[in-house]
Amino acid sequence: MSVEEKKIDVYSGAVLDRKKKIRIQRGSPETGIEMVEYDVEYDHTEVVLDIVHRVQAEFAPDLAVRWNCKAGKCGSCSAEINGMPKLMCMTKMIDYDDVDVLEIRPMRTFPVIKDLVTDVSWNFEVNKRIKPFKPPEGLKELTMQQKHVDRVQEYRKCIECFLCQNTCHVLRTHQKTNEFAGPRFMIRLASLEMHPMDTEENRLKEIKDDFGVMMCNITRCCTEVCPEEINITDNGIIPLKERVIGEFYDPLAKAISWVKKLL
Amino acid sequence: MGYNVDEELKKVQKKEYDVLIIGAGGAGLRAAIAAAEAGVNVGIVTKSLLGKAHTVMAEGGAAAALGNVDSRDNWKVHFRDTMKGGKYHNNWKMVEIFAKQAPDRIRELELYGAVFDRTEEGKIKQRNFGGHKFPRLAHVGDRTGLEMIRTLQDKAIHYPTLHVEMETTITKLFVENGEVKGAFGYNRQTGNLIVYSAKSVIIATGGFGKVFRVTSNSWELTGDGESLAYREGVELTDMEFIQFHPTGMVYPNSVKGTLVTEGVRGEGGILKNINGERFMFRYIPEMFKDDYAETEEEAERWFKGDPNARRPPELLTRDVVAKAIRAEVKAGRGSPHGGAFLDIASRRTPEEIKRVLPSMYHQFLKLAKLDITKEPMEVGPTAHYAMGGIRVDGETQETNIKGIFAAGEVSAGLHGANRLGGNSLTDLIVFGKIAGDYAAKRAKDASLKSISDEEIKEAIDFTLKPFDDSNNEDPYQLHAELKELMEEYVGIVRTEEGLKTAIEKLKDMLKRADKLKAVGDTRKYNSSWHQALDIKNMITVALIIATAALQRKESRGAHTREDFPETDESLTNVLYVISKGDDGFPKVSEATYPPMPEELKQAMKEAEEA
Ligand SMILES: Cc1cc2nc3c(=O)[nH]c(=O)nc-3n(C[C@H](O)[C@H](O)[C@H](O)COP(=O)(O)OP(=O)(O)OC[C@H]3O[C@@H](n4cnc5c(N)ncnc54)[C@H](O)[C@@H]3O)c2cc1C
Ligand code: SF4
Ligand code: SF4
Ligand code: FES
Repeated sequence: MSVEEKKIDVYSGAVLDRKKKIRIQRGSPETGIEMVEYDVEYDHTEVVLDIVHRVQAEFAPDLAVRWNCKAGKCGSCSAEINGMPKLMCMTKMIDYDDVDVLEIRPMRTFPVIKDLVTDVSWNFEVNKRIKPFKPPEGLKELTMQQKHVDRVQEYRKCIECFLCQNTCHVLRTHQKTNEFAGPRFMIRLASLEMHPMDTEENRLKEIKDDFGVMMCNITRCCTEVCPEEINITDNGIIPLKERVIGEFYDPLAKAISWVKKLL
Repeated sequence: MGYNVDEELKKVQKKEYDVLIIGAGGAGLRAAIAAAEAGVNVGIVTKSLLGKAHTVMAEGGAAAALGNVDSRDNWKVHFRDTMKGGKYHNNWKMVEIFAKQAPDRIRELELYGAVFDRTEEGKIKQRNFGGHKFPRLAHVGDRTGLEMIRTLQDKAIHYPTLHVEMETTITKLFVENGEVKGAFGYNRQTGNLIVYSAKSVIIATGGFGKVFRVTSNSWELTGDGESLAYREGVELTDMEFIQFHPTGMVYPNSVKGTLVTEGVRGEGGILKNINGERFMFRYIPEMFKDDYAETEEEAERWFKGDPNARRPPELLTRDVVAKAIRAEVKAGRGSPHGGAFLDIASRRTPEEIKRVLPSMYHQFLKLAKLDITKEPMEVGPTAHYAMGGIRVDGETQETNIKGIFAAGEVSAGLHGANRLGGNSLTDLIVFGKIAGDYAAKRAKDASLKSISDEEIKEAIDFTLKPFDDSNNEDPYQLHAELKELMEEYVGIVRTEEGLKTAIEKLKDMLKRADKLKAVGDTRKYNSSWHQALDIKNMITVALIIATAALQRKESRGAHTREDFPETDESLTNVLYVISKGDDGFPKVSEATYPPMPEELKQAMKEAEEA
């Protein structure tokens, strides 16, 4: 297309210089689920979420999709794009220049509500079961060294997109939602367990018994999909497992840790 | 699809709370915690999922005079900086409460589980930001909002009397004889309609950046709180003051407006035009001359840590920097995509940049394929923050309607004519708590009032209107028109003629908004329905903004009139209060704050000398 014939999208001001077939999963369990195809024009600098918005504006105003920030900060727009779990707002269309058709489906691990929107309420229930941070009594201000909170801050980068929960085979394939809290909550638990000022007792026992840390078999699929690039498995889950093993399965390690505490 | 009001009335769900909070951003969540602590039954509703509210996007930090990095800082200097940044148009009572309580609210967050970046001594670290005399912003890299919202959310969910209702939108408030009775809304996931009876209602719905095309705001910021309140007789004020943040992304097109945190300049980033000139030295206003470096040499000494050097002009208040960039572009000295260059690459090592500004690094690499450790960014103004909103009592956050409170970005007064960066996050926790305290207090004395079937039917009709089969307006189209109109006539620089044109067009749009059409055969998660209701709110708010902007015949802070370029000292303490007129359109009246007491004037003087 030459410069003179530039086509501008009235809604966003985008210069529509490309075109592609977009297939989006539509419908709900009650009405039936199907893939619907749209021919969409777009600007090559756009992200997948822009394309979904264009489908809403031009073809299907009632299309259901979650999003908030369009800047990779809120973790609302998770979906499976040509089979890969991703944030739609951080996935550039240019990455799909070589494919003819783009398929967008909702996250598979969670029940579909409608179109691209899933029921992620289970995650919020798991979070509620985690005991809150408990600072030492009587303190008005916490003093902590940066090097002691680096790890905790890494875990706290999580934007709760639940892409890792969607990907972990323990939840996705084996549906062990009663036994395993999933990678997102493993790092939430790790952020509490490794917080230098947390005084809650029994966290490790709960991490083992109630949240099922030993169910993880370290496939690292969660880490691969994390848009925040949190090293979920190596920096979060493995250290937790080590602590659990030290505390409950390895008498020598336990003895050493007791001696350390006394010193 | 059509609908039958009488049938819907039979199906409507009914709920009761002592305190109903609309909005689960920082302000709503902090209010909910305060009210739950007071022992009352609290409901908190949010349009999206918990933890996704706009607050999550805040980057740079939360301002409080902790004095951890520079011990010369104290509440008086924070008070002065906030008043000065607001061009002395602020509600001084709110600023006083704010500056005094901010440190406690920030430290308290760490007791709830937040983990800010640390100083060498292990205290909360603070960074420089525009308009703040000392390093004052508590932060976590450039994801401070995430830290705040996650902390408050994880605290709130453990109170047994606190109930979170996610993906629920309030469409109407019930008010009788100047007192609140409850609210009406719908659940997005099911499409069900809900009546809430409540003794107190706190509005914490954030701002309205979505009325502009180029904005840093998320989809939720559609001015719902202002419109809901306005329709029921609540007064609004300062609606003409909208902050355009100087540094939004200008390229690529699809992310135009997305924020580049002021933290980039706080960490030493500088602004240049196409000729490579550091142009901000030419734009230092008279009132700030004493606080800012006159030469690059002095600015460099400040950067290297000389306590006697003054701050670089890149750290002037946002209104000043935004207008300077606009002026450079207009003069033909803009960057290729119509902005200015923001350079951090030549100022800090790649390692430092990645450590202190990780999400900026990530955002540019992913969305613009630009490595900010090697190349400058292109930036330009983007609609960012609403200083104005619901008029509240400075001490209780209550409005002119009994039992309706407001906190956070939706309320007005603290920031005056221009907000300092970092003051909003702190605003949320200081005044969120106060609103929660007073709303709970009122709820303990008040009783629930009945809401009649007639009132409920009216609310049902209002909410389901987009499903009326005779409707024909396309919400996406109308939103596009609104955004264009606002950019053109009600943007950074305004004129009487433009504003009058805008008002006429907006009145017409408001009529068209009654005919907005939702499509599809289910109410369940139906975006066209949501969009139709949101747009009505946006047009209402846009009309209010234009009306207020026409009234203010001066330039002050974020409000710039081409036909009145000077600041009129006689208007410093004049507020334009907007309420709904008998004809249904906004009407303006004037109000003032009481004079500032001697002790605060004294505090300002001391701060000046600090
Ligand atoms: C990109 C960006 C960066 C920023 N960085 C900083 C910073 O570094 N420091 C700083 O101090 N400030 C910053 N700000 C400003 C600050 O983030 C916001 O002003 C602040 O978060 C607003 O919080 P809030 O609690 O008032 O509302 P929000 O966080 O906007 O929350 C509004 C809530 O109301 C709900 N809601 C709205 N309408 C309805 C309705 N009709 N029914 C039910 N619920 C409704 C929403 O769902 C949401 O839960 C930044 C802003 C942006 C855009
Ligand atoms: S590493 Fe563990 S938590 Fe992560 S995907 Fe594999 S099994 Fe699941
Ligand atoms: S850990 Fe990463 S992938 Fe998992 S929810 Fe958090 S941000 Fe998403
Ligand atoms: S919309 Fe917020 S992460 Fe994509």
